[in-house]
Amino acid sequence: MRQTGPSHARLVSKMLLLVVGMFAFGFAMVPIYEKFCEVTGFNGFVSTQAAEGPVIGEGSDRKVTVEFVSTVNERHPWNFRAVESRMEVSPGELYTAYFTVENAREGAGVTQIVPSVAPGNAGRYLKKTECFCFTEQRFEPGETRELPVTFFIDPALPERTGTVTLSYTLFDISAGDEPEFDTEDAGLHAGAGQ
Amino acid sequence: MKRKLLGALAAIGALGLPLVAAAATAPESDWRRPWGLNLPRGVTELSQDVYTLHMLVFWIVCIIGVLVFGGIFYSVWKFRKSQGAVPAKWHHSTTVEVVWTVIPFLILLFIAVPATQTMIKIDDTSDYDMTVKVTGYQWMWEYEYLDEDVAFFSRLDRDSDRARQRNPDVRPQDVEHYLIDVDNPLVVPVNTRIRFLITANDVIHAWWVPELGWKKDAIPGFINEAWAEIQEPGTYRGQCAELCGRDHGFMPIVVVALAQEDYEQWLQEQREENGVVATDDAEEADVETAVLEEVDPDELMQVGRQVYDNQCIACHQAEGQGMATFPGLAGSDRVMDDDDWVIDVVVNGVSGTAMTAFGPRLDDRELAGVLTYIRNAWGNEAEPIQPADVRDAR
Amino acid sequence: MSATSHDTHHDDHHDHGPPPGITRWLFTTNHKDLGVLYMVFALIMFFVGGAMAMVIRAELFQPGLNLVDPHFFNQMTTMHALVMIFGAVMPAFTGLANWLVPIQIGAPDMALPRVNNWAFWLLPAGFVLLLLTLFLPGGAPAGGWTMYPPLILQLGDAFPFLIFAVHILGISSIMGSINIVATILNLRAPGMTLMKMPLFVWAWLITAFLIVAVMPVLAGAVTMLLTDQYFGTSFFNAAGGGDPVLFQHIFWFFGHPEVYILILPAFGIVSAIIPTFARKPLFGYSSMVYATASIAFLSFIVWGHHMFSVGMPLSGQLFFMYATMLVAVPTGVKIFNWMATMWQGSMTFETPMLFAIAFVILFTIGGLSGVMLALAPVDLQYHDTYFVVAHFHYVLVTGAIFSIMAAVYYWLPKWTGNMYDERLGQWHFWLSTISVNVLFFPQHFLGLAGMPRRIPDYALQFTDFNMISSIGGFVFGLSQLIFVWVIIKCVRGGEKASDQVWEGAKGLEWTLPSPAPYHTFEQPPVVK
Repeated sequence: MRQTGPSHARLVSKMLLLVVGMFAFGFAMVPIYEKFCEVTGFNGFVSTQAAEGPVIGEGSDRKVTVEFVSTVNERHPWNFRAVESRMEVSPGELYTAYFTVENAREGAGVTQIVPSVAPGNAGRYLKKTECFCFTEQRFEPGETRELPVTFFIDPALPERTGTVTLSYTLFDISAGDEPEFDTEDAGLHAGAGQ
Repeated sequence: MKRKLLGALAAIGALGLPLVAAAATAPESDWRRPWGLNLPRGVTELSQDVYTLHMLVFWIVCIIGVLVFGGIFYSVWKFRKSQGAVPAKWHHSTTVEVVWTVIPFLILLFIAVPATQTMIKIDDTSDYDMTVKVTGYQWMWEYEYLDEDVAFFSRLDRDSDRARQRNPDVRPQDVEHYLIDVDNPLVVPVNTRIRFLITANDVIHAWWVPELGWKKDAIPGFINEAWAEIQEPGTYRGQCAELCGRDHGFMPIVVVALAQEDYEQWLQEQREENGVVATDDAEEADVETAVLEEVDPDELMQVGRQVYDNQCIACHQAEGQGMATFPGLAGSDRVMDDDDWVIDVVVNGVSGTAMTAFGPRLDDRELAGVLTYIRNAWGNEAEPIQPADVRDAR
Repeated sequence: MSATSHDTHHDDHHDHGPPPGITRWLFTTNHKDLGVLYMVFALIMFFVGGAMAMVIRAELFQPGLNLVDPHFFNQMTTMHALVMIFGAVMPAFTGLANWLVPIQIGAPDMALPRVNNWAFWLLPAGFVLLLLTLFLPGGAPAGGWTMYPPLILQLGDAFPFLIFAVHILGISSIMGSINIVATILNLRAPGMTLMKMPLFVWAWLITAFLIVAVMPVLAGAVTMLLTDQYFGTSFFNAAGGGDPVLFQHIFWFFGHPEVYILILPAFGIVSAIIPTFARKPLFGYSSMVYATASIAFLSFIVWGHHMFSVGMPLSGQLFFMYATMLVAVPTGVKIFNWMATMWQGSMTFETPMLFAIAFVILFTIGGLSGVMLALAPVDLQYHDTYFVVAHFHYVLVTGAIFSIMAAVYYWLPKWTGNMYDERLGQWHFWLSTISVNVLFFPQHFLGLAGMPRRIPDYALQFTDFNMISSIGGFVFGLSQLIFVWVIIKCVRGGEKASDQVWEGAKGLEWTLPSPAPYHTFEQPPVVK
């Protein structure tokens, strides 16, 4: 016989190792991608971690327009909009912009507001030192709140970028906000205190 | 499409003939005609650059195709055993192999240059005169003119919607712009650099008007940018280009480009009509269905039946009897008695089941219609549900 | 399917014949039996997927909703792709590998015969799961075979079935591939060096590595979908800090090599058939091997070209565009090599050769439209239109499937000991080739003229080409019945084939008797 069992065993184990490795690689792509986006600003990446304070401005008279856009995902009953739709800012200086959120649900609700920046590669130059998007927000029924985001534009922002759009999407992540089907209980919103 | 034509001709002689005839008769510019063959030249600088690039690479691959197919057919004709051909013995030639590795590479380099330039141009959104935010929904579009206090939904027009049903009362052939017309088109000025901010509300969609030269995905939670500067007034049509569920094929896009002054006038009219800043959902819904008065129950039943046949019948079945885990509606006490509950189920869906939220997909009148219908069809009997009731539940 | 395949066998070996009855097929570890099982399974799936394609083409015959609900239409497009890719093309290639790799390298059987049996029987299990979803509430998967979230998460009860079916099919093809790699690397006859192996073996060696490398990635991606749906993770959910586009990256990291998994074995088949019927050695054997390997390598770095419209940064778009364009170079080398093989040959045109020549021409059409699609700026127009549909059907139907048909005609006499009916074969070829072009060629025009893919109904200006395309589709579908008839007829009898079968055939398998005995090369041949 030409080949003996053990040589199969070795080859097969190597191949299985490759299989396991590639399966793990699939999952590893998640952090790799995140890191990659962070470094390159891929896909409108914008950090949801607080940034360090600004470096002191270098005194240039450059102005950048920061534009604020809001979306409510899946048309949940929330009102969400930027107080000011745009701001002229000097790179390197701190600014605060406000968004109002109104809970128009029947009960209390929890939101996660997710940022995204256009153009994509500007994401890493827009640094937020404080943002309502870092954490979940809870709202009582009918409650309206103004939420601040404090940010600065990194002076390293490429010259050709004159406008940075900061887009927020509000996701309703309240537990049990949808009615149970076929429950005898007529109360519609399990998790909602009413 | 001559590359394709030559390819087909070379491959299968006679088949290509009707296509050649078609190519000869179809004018390039009027691509919305039947027998349209090619990309539109379009009405923006980008679309024209893209078109030029498309034609360049098209002719290059045509020539390559002719050479390759010519070589093969010559061999087939010349070196056949029945003609007494004697096989040669050679099977290798480094020179030849290097040549046909290098030449294609050089051709690719030649194409890559204009492709790169065009790509850079498409990517450059830095200067702009106005911004339109485009949001994709299942299954319609929302346009929001930033800084102009104008926002509205745009969905398939009524005639197309009627004709696209099973056993329609209007034939698709009788609808002028079947499936590529909307109730509220996106109106923009010409010779203005428009920046589009594109996102989505539920699943991924893609906003595509061929005459603008590009498509861009609309991704929930993320914002994408693109730009266009339309050179000629006109109506330009497109469609959603990313599979987004059942009615993916029924959420067209219509862009109407007007001269600046006409656009200003249109904008003024919109502001007057809307009266308010329409950026949040409830108010947008107002814009959509301004009339909220009582609707005649018969009309609701009629509307509802159409919606039911369209949206509900696959699971809840023709007689409302349900199927497997899909609950029956006919004879259901809860459907008839518990108004709040049934409205909530239809508007907001039931999480963890196949029952999706129809609130985002239908307007108040349609929702009221289908609710009234399921409570009064198949022997059910209950009070009609009015659009205002649905509004309250949103 | 066991019953069907039972008929396809012939019991004329006395010495080491197979055990009789159904257990032969259930428990077989014989590479030839498994090859038959794989191919019969693939043929059945080809008709299942084909039936779905007929529903699609019938619905698109004219504007308006004619036959099915849009939701069902979406189920058809999704299932058609899954069935054809994982049920028809991949198993057919694996079946060919099972039958041919051992007898082409002088091995007695596959390296891991029991694994081989398992790998096969997982397939029907996976497809039972997958096809069952058609009868579940909410229907079968309808979000496209690419399974993009968030859309795929709207799927009803079918969702876990889909995920587990993909897992099972993945495991099956990984097991099959490891087996093929082990066979090729460990069981070659003395003197059969790597660079003497037939190109089909080479192509499969590389393909098997691709499968082993990317199938686990797909498994990972769908597992993440599963946990996102049921266990509250947020890999692809923006609300939880995830990104739906990430799924697309992972999917296409699998998906693009997958595309080459579906075509590399075809290159191997055509490289076997053309020299036989040109009666001249394959031109540039070693450059063929290197070209195959470079295509496989490039396949790992071009996935972004499926995603030009998602909003990648400029640098990403350009990188993927350049990398994709490079694929044209090794692919071109292959096509030129086949041309050069025919040049100054002495050709005859039996059915396998006809399919092989049609493959070269029609695959080239798909390749050339591929070059057009590689250009990022124009792809922003082509993307997700019928132009793309035309492109990949030229590559997969007239590419992969034509090569499989060529292979069946080519090796059928070796498998059965009988010549197939040449006249019927020619009919099958001409009907298929003409109708497949009527079917897919107009789709180029539809796409350029603005028809998006995956739509159940369309604007009026697309009517004419859709009608033509549908007619082509129906004829193509019907023509395949001839194929089945040719196979059945050949299995049942016919003119006896000689050992060499084809005048110009070279290679170890042609030194065996026709039909090849149940056990072959128990004593290894010596390759000089």
